[in-house]
Amino acid sequence: MSETFVLDGQEIPFAPGQTIIQAASAAGVYIPRLCYHPEFKPHGSCKLCTVKVNGRHTASCTFKAAPGLQVESNTEDLNAERRTLVQMLFVEGNHFCPSCEKSGDCQLQATAYELGMMSPHFDHFFPDRPVDASHPELLLDFNRCILCSLCVRASRDVDKKNVFALAGRGIDSHLIVNAASGRLADTNVALEDKAVQVCPVGVILKKRQGFKVPIGQRTYDEVPISGHVPAPAALTEEI
Amino acid sequence: MVNSGGLQSILRKYEGNPHNLLQILREVQEEEGWISPDRVAALETALAVPRSKIIGAASFYAFLHLQPVGRYRILFSDNITDRMLGNQALMEQLCQLLWVEPGKVSEDGLVSITTTSCTGMCDQGPALLVNGRAITRVDEARIVEIAELVRNQAPLSEWPEEYFRVEDNIRRRDILLDSHFEPGSSLRALHARVETEGMQASNTRSWREGLPRGLVGPATMLDEIKRANLRGRGGAGFTTGLKWEACRNAPLAEGQDRIVVCNADEGEPGTFKDRVLLTSYADMVFEGMTLAAYAVGARRGFLYLRGEYRYLLEHLEGVLARRRRDNLLGHSIIGIPGADFDIKIHVGFGAYVCGEESALIESLEGKRGTPRNRPPFPVTHGYLDQPTIVNNVETFAAAALIALNGGEWYKNIGTAQSAGSKILSVSGDCERPGIYEFPFGVRVVEVLEACGARNTQAVQVSGPSGFTIAAHEFERRICFEDIPTAGAFMVFDQTRDMFEVARNFVHFFAHESCGFCTPCRVGTSLLKNLMDKLHNGHGSPYDFEEIEKLNHILQAMSHCGLGHSACNPVLDTIGKFRPAYDARMAHQDFTPAFDLDRALSQARQMTRRDDEQAHFAAEHGAAQ
Repeated sequence: MSETFVLDGQEIPFAPGQTIIQAASAAGVYIPRLCYHPEFKPHGSCKLCTVKVNGRHTASCTFKAAPGLQVESNTEDLNAERRTLVQMLFVEGNHFCPSCEKSGDCQLQATAYELGMMSPHFDHFFPDRPVDASHPELLLDFNRCILCSLCVRASRDVDKKNVFALAGRGIDSHLIVNAASGRLADTNVALEDKAVQVCPVGVILKKRQGFKVPIGQRTYDEVPISGHVPAPAALTEEI
Repeated sequence: MVNSGGLQSILRKYEGNPHNLLQILREVQEEEGWISPDRVAALETALAVPRSKIIGAASFYAFLHLQPVGRYRILFSDNITDRMLGNQALMEQLCQLLWVEPGKVSEDGLVSITTTSCTGMCDQGPALLVNGRAITRVDEARIVEIAELVRNQAPLSEWPEEYFRVEDNIRRRDILLDSHFEPGSSLRALHARVETEGMQASNTRSWREGLPRGLVGPATMLDEIKRANLRGRGGAGFTTGLKWEACRNAPLAEGQDRIVVCNADEGEPGTFKDRVLLTSYADMVFEGMTLAAYAVGARRGFLYLRGEYRYLLEHLEGVLARRRRDNLLGHSIIGIPGADFDIKIHVGFGAYVCGEESALIESLEGKRGTPRNRPPFPVTHGYLDQPTIVNNVETFAAAALIALNGGEWYKNIGTAQSAGSKILSVSGDCERPGIYEFPFGVRVVEVLEACGARNTQAVQVSGPSGFTIAAHEFERRICFEDIPTAGAFMVFDQTRDMFEVARNFVHFFAHESCGFCTPCRVGTSLLKNLMDKLHNGHGSPYDFEEIEKLNHILQAMSHCGLGHSACNPVLDTIGKFRPAYDARMAHQDFTPAFDLDRALSQARQMTRRDDEQAHFAAEHGAAQ
């Protein structure tokens, strides 16, 4: 841990092979993120974690730390750009926080608060995305999907089931499940699957859990998302 | 219908290898018209690939169909050059004749009609694809005939040959197109040069010592390419010698090979030079690939052929078969021990983003064409994580020319930083659209004179992702120092509305965004909506600010070049053709894009009403 780079004026130590976001997390510094999860191979798609490295924009979840890098993250410009990305995610889907069971535990909502998003700004797309309530224990509400692919990665890499996948292209990209019927009930998903635990928003929900924790006492009601920096998993191999 | 025996033979042909999933799906679809749930289920078992992956991959590509699309699937090329030639009216005509709505399958399952991105026939448009086959020079008379053929359910083999005639239209030849290339001549010239000139050292010793075979020859080929100062013809202009050398130097893990890929996914609207090279100069392209393989030490090669050029597949397979017979492919090529190389053709399925090299490699591996996170780069971790070079069709043809005539000769043609010649695909408002080869450094005005363009307002160089060049810039030069290009050269005369040009390009990017990253997936659609808002007469200065904001986000945050360049045509045309936008500024204050009257259009369609009472008399003249 002898080598360091500079993040917003602060010296950040890093281990060989660590990405910028991993090193920052280890040092307790929050960089906004949605598709990044310390236990999975970085995806680099939401672009929320974009920082400027030596003046150039790059996703900090995929960029390897190197000695002497000058990294900007918590700047007005970058946070304004991130705010725009969050607004894009809000208008692309159908996000009605007041009626969402994930409210208060939702990373999209918490990140919007963190970045000071006051309105969705853009015109809503209002996509037509039917919910899948077929499974006795789980509800899939695709309206809230932000295409982070965490469930896809978790199901493929941890559960070894490939229950979830991305389909379609461009603005028509969407989440599908691995069943000829297209219904979650006809997959081999299980409640204890990792894929069921990782959704950062309110797509994959356990049934009959609604409002067990009252609004106001949920994860991000107490402490904003920047206070929940997850420690990185031990680096066993180069990612 | 493919019986299960048919499916078995397709699976055998592709060795039951899941990495060939997309080619297997293509062949199934070519026999059955679409990919049915039964076939997906059969492949799930046969390839041991989860269904979600098969659906995920297939649904990414515009030309793979998981739902029936009609026995005749008609796609009108919708590049701006097709629009200028009247494709929209022709499509409407065909829809009316066949009683079908655009984008929908007719109720009897006979036909579906919609648009597709540029099919690379801009010099002989308007063009369309019927069941994947290109029809050129469509006009009203031909539409009437096509409607008749479809109605009578005539098999494509009985349609007039003339429909499917694709011309080369080569209007100006230079070093490459005038080379009268003899198959094998570059390989033999290189072989001879090795004996006469011996080792020309320009590389480090380390990798040369590590060469497994053919010590001198590969080094000589690499030296010639470097001496020629050849740069990639796909547009970015990366130094070919450096790319090849990096691949050559990349360490190989156990069981790995090096891979040569020819990028013939010529998707940039307005570009069609690769089609002509593959039609009439295929030997030169394949020989360039073989030389590249020899230089980097590769044994396997792929030609990634865009789906729109599927009609070239049998021709190209024929050239490959002949080259195998002539010992220009296969084992010990032209008798050089250890010079083993062969090429497979992978047909694409309508996805522009696969022109990006890492997305192309994903697609080759049978997956969704999403650009990878880089580094690592393909030269070290490409196809199935093996060291891979991806070069443009024209780059390989130029490499063959360099092996034939030497790098020294080549580098003296063109400009200081842009050696050699460039093949331009000229279309739009000019008398002689077609293929023009010029030495690098040619001025825009020279090309305009050569193609017989008059009263030219603007030229779009290098396609929608390139540059809009206005009249005061026509003295500028086509070369990496000034205006770099992948080859497109679309001409617009004074009668054209440059706003509509930009709007067409923005629609293209929104259609072709892969959807992987947030800024491009959502941003290109937002941009499209803004341009449509201006088109619909609701524009205000506020919308300019929004366009600029989106441009910044796309450039700064996007994952790949598609997003980075999606705003280029808008910014260029705003900067250079502002009056075309000002004409649409109906309002000085913000006006919402939402239009109550337009929102009721669906209700009007359902009730089959279009009378005055069915419209809101909108204040801003929205009623049509």
